Amino acid sequence: MIRLEPRNDVSPAMAYLAPALAVLVTAVAGAAIFAALGKDPVEAMRLFFIQPLGDWFSISEMIVKATPLILIAIGLSFGFRAGVWNIGAEGQFTLGALAGGATGLAFYDVAGLWVLPLMCIAGALAGMAWAAIPALLRTRFNANEILVTLMLSYVAVLLLSVLVHGPLKDPDGFNFPESRLFHDSAILPILLEGTRAHVGFLASLAAVAVAWFVLGRHIFGFQVKVMGQAPRAARFGGFIENKVIWSCLLLSGGLAGLAGVFEAAGPVGQLVPAIPVGYGFTAIIVAFLGRLQPIGILIAGFVMALTYIGGETAQIEMNLPSAITGVFQGMFLFSLLGIDVFARYRLKRIRSAAQAAEGAS
Amino acid sequence: MTAPRLELADVTKAFPGVIANDDVSFSVAPGEMHALLGENGAGKSTLVKMIYGVMRADAGVMRLDGEVYAPNRPSDARARGVGMVFQHFSLFEALTVGENVALGMNAADVGRDLNDQIVRVSDAYGLSLDPARTVGSLSVGERQRVEIVRCLLQNPRLLIMDEPTSVLTPQEVGDLFQTLRTLVSEGCSILYISHKLEEIRANCDRATVLRGGKVVGACDPSEATARSLAEMMVGMELALPAKSATNFGAERLTVKNLSLATDDPFGVELQDISFSVRAGEILGIAGVAGNGQGELLDALSGERKVSHAAIQLDQTPIGSLGPTARRAEGFCAAPEERLGHGAAPDMSLWENTVLSARSSQGMVRGGVLDLGAAKAFAGKVISAFDVRTSGADRHARTLSGGNLQKFIIGREILQQPKVLAISQPTWGVDAAAAAAIHRAIQELAAAGAAVLLISQDLDELMAVSTTFAVIAGGRLSTPQPTDSITVEEIGVLMGGAPDAAKAAS
Repeated sequence: MIRLEPRNDVSPAMAYLAPALAVLVTAVAGAAIFAALGKDPVEAMRLFFIQPLGDWFSISEMIVKATPLILIAIGLSFGFRAGVWNIGAEGQFTLGALAGGATGLAFYDVAGLWVLPLMCIAGALAGMAWAAIPALLRTRFNANEILVTLMLSYVAVLLLSVLVHGPLKDPDGFNFPESRLFHDSAILPILLEGTRAHVGFLASLAAVAVAWFVLGRHIFGFQVKVMGQAPRAARFGGFIENKVIWSCLLLSGGLAGLAGVFEAAGPVGQLVPAIPVGYGFTAIIVAFLGRLQPIGILIAGFVMALTYIGGETAQIEMNLPSAITGVFQGMFLFSLLGIDVFARYRLKRIRSAAQAAEGAS
Repeated sequence: MTAPRLELADVTKAFPGVIANDDVSFSVAPGEMHALLGENGAGKSTLVKMIYGVMRADAGVMRLDGEVYAPNRPSDARARGVGMVFQHFSLFEALTVGENVALGMNAADVGRDLNDQIVRVSDAYGLSLDPARTVGSLSVGERQRVEIVRCLLQNPRLLIMDEPTSVLTPQEVGDLFQTLRTLVSEGCSILYISHKLEEIRANCDRATVLRGGKVVGACDPSEATARSLAEMMVGMELALPAKSATNFGAERLTVKNLSLATDDPFGVELQDISFSVRAGEILGIAGVAGNGQGELLDALSGERKVSHAAIQLDQTPIGSLGPTARRAEGFCAAPEERLGHGAAPDMSLWENTVLSARSSQGMVRGGVLDLGAAKAFAGKVISAFDVRTSGADRHARTLSGGNLQKFIIGREILQQPKVLAISQPTWGVDAAAAAAIHRAIQELAAAGAAVLLISQDLDELMAVSTTFAVIAGGRLSTPQPTDSITVEEIGVLMGGAPDAAKAAS
């Protein structure tokens, strides 16, 4: 029989090495899958991981994908550190896009520098409001936030769908379930001429910087860390668990909502039912791949964005199914978790049940 | 003279990075009660684990009644007549006494009339025990009897007892020694491990003292003083705390009719607790573990809020305030559990000062941590309380129990609280560190603070506290001066209602 046994000395370097190893394991496993599909694995890996880094357009597209991933993951990382498991960022993202977009549409054709900030505030507030529901249910009725946040994300997607099929539908849109295209002052300025990379990326970078400061130097970051590592010590220290739950959910909801506005007012430019494409879920992987560290999340956001672009390239050039992106993202998380287990435990063959029982008595 | 019952010659056992036992030699005569003394980490546990066959020695020879003895596993040890009662019992609560006894024996020894044997043996040694009762319904003392009877059924020649009295009331301790003396008179040898020096002085024939894995001395404990034994264990002279004068100042901590329902299914409800502690006073609260000590400390530290007037600091009600607000008023606390409650294990020492000293030491300005202030305060605690660590950046987990305890107590005391409530400050702490902690507590009281000390160690309470009370079943006895109380009284109070204690004795 084989069982897992805790290691005596867990190498601290493994914490940083594990994500790199996970990328490596994913690449090897990915190559094996391509080979099994009858494609040249080396060529496929080149298309997937190397080609997108070779031209500016692909890099700008990576920025487009990384922007929401980083922003959402930064918000989630606080909760994950404190043991507050918001896995419904997808829903908060959708509500943010919806509220921000609706605000833009309400001031349709109104010029003014205040329109975009107003949309951002509306979106962030809507994301926070959506996250306030699980916060209330958890703190008041001890309802599990994992279930509530997850279920609410499906509600959010359906809500968006209802509204773009009805009240928000473009009156001149031939009955397509889409809103009007946002007017110019409701569209985010472009960062790099000729690409879709928008100023939302600067907000993501700012979020990374602020999170880095808060985690290292601010009492809120300290509170979050203690609460996650030693809840009783946190109570002894005078930190109130319910306050931490509320702030973590509101923070992650607000940032996810902001990411939603950026997506609607950035690359999409209108409200469509397909605005939520899974960034809220992928950001969970980004947060863990980045070890819940702001700088790590910045890097992991780009690695994950690469899987989107690489997946598209592989689809076009090698006729692979579009599910390949999801497969790669899943493999990332799976290998990371697996490597983490083996960093902390080792396999041990145990002799026989009788001997084991004797040794334990 | 006959061969010794147990003889160890140059027994050595090394673990990666530490030599747990280094050339240990000593012998136990037949019918002798032999004490094994040493601080935590001196190598006592490793040594008895080797004698009981849980571990094997790297080098050296053991002899039992003159024959070579090298048990590979506990069943070998039992087959040779060596029994052991562990500090932590290994009993199944849902099974009966008889079933538990059968489970811990070698299969060949379990006869069909086991229950009759249990009754016979337990009567012979004054350990009244009903084999049909479920272990879950037994008291701690009764559970220990199950373990002892299990060993006795196998007619041991040598019985190892690992800190057997730490969980017992004084009456139960008396009963236990009665049993052990009967055993010794029949020729059984006992290897007795304890850190309760008075107990060893009163009962043991000889003592072997371990320090740092080596035998540093042997003596007749009845001729030694507790102090000389402690000094042999520690390897230095101890300055034992002298009790401070009994001129108390004004009432600083007042607790009135404090009741608190428990939120833990195995917890204890606090019922109508009232007491007060004056400036300079150290109120010691004794009691068997799990009688409301944890709940009382939670209520005092502010982790659980109570009615506003139930707790007063210098006549100001603070019962409904949280821990941070209470600290701001000058009320500090240190809980029993060091890792995970008093300190966050995977955070550095300076981060752990932020936990409870952030407002008193100005470590937070406008929400931003002043790392310099936190590190400076941590450094101050480390040097003032002689915390052995390579620096304030080390994680709390890396410190030994005694050093972390010194750090936590120091962190609270250096905030110069008006009232300090602490639980089990020297649990698992070596004698030198314990003496340092006791001295710090007494100095704090002498400087005008009121101190509440919850402990299960009666020797500690007798030595340090000026006033004494007992908590049992969530109720507190009326505090009285420590000088005036007798051990018999304490035993009756610890047993709960006085009637029950009388009936049991």
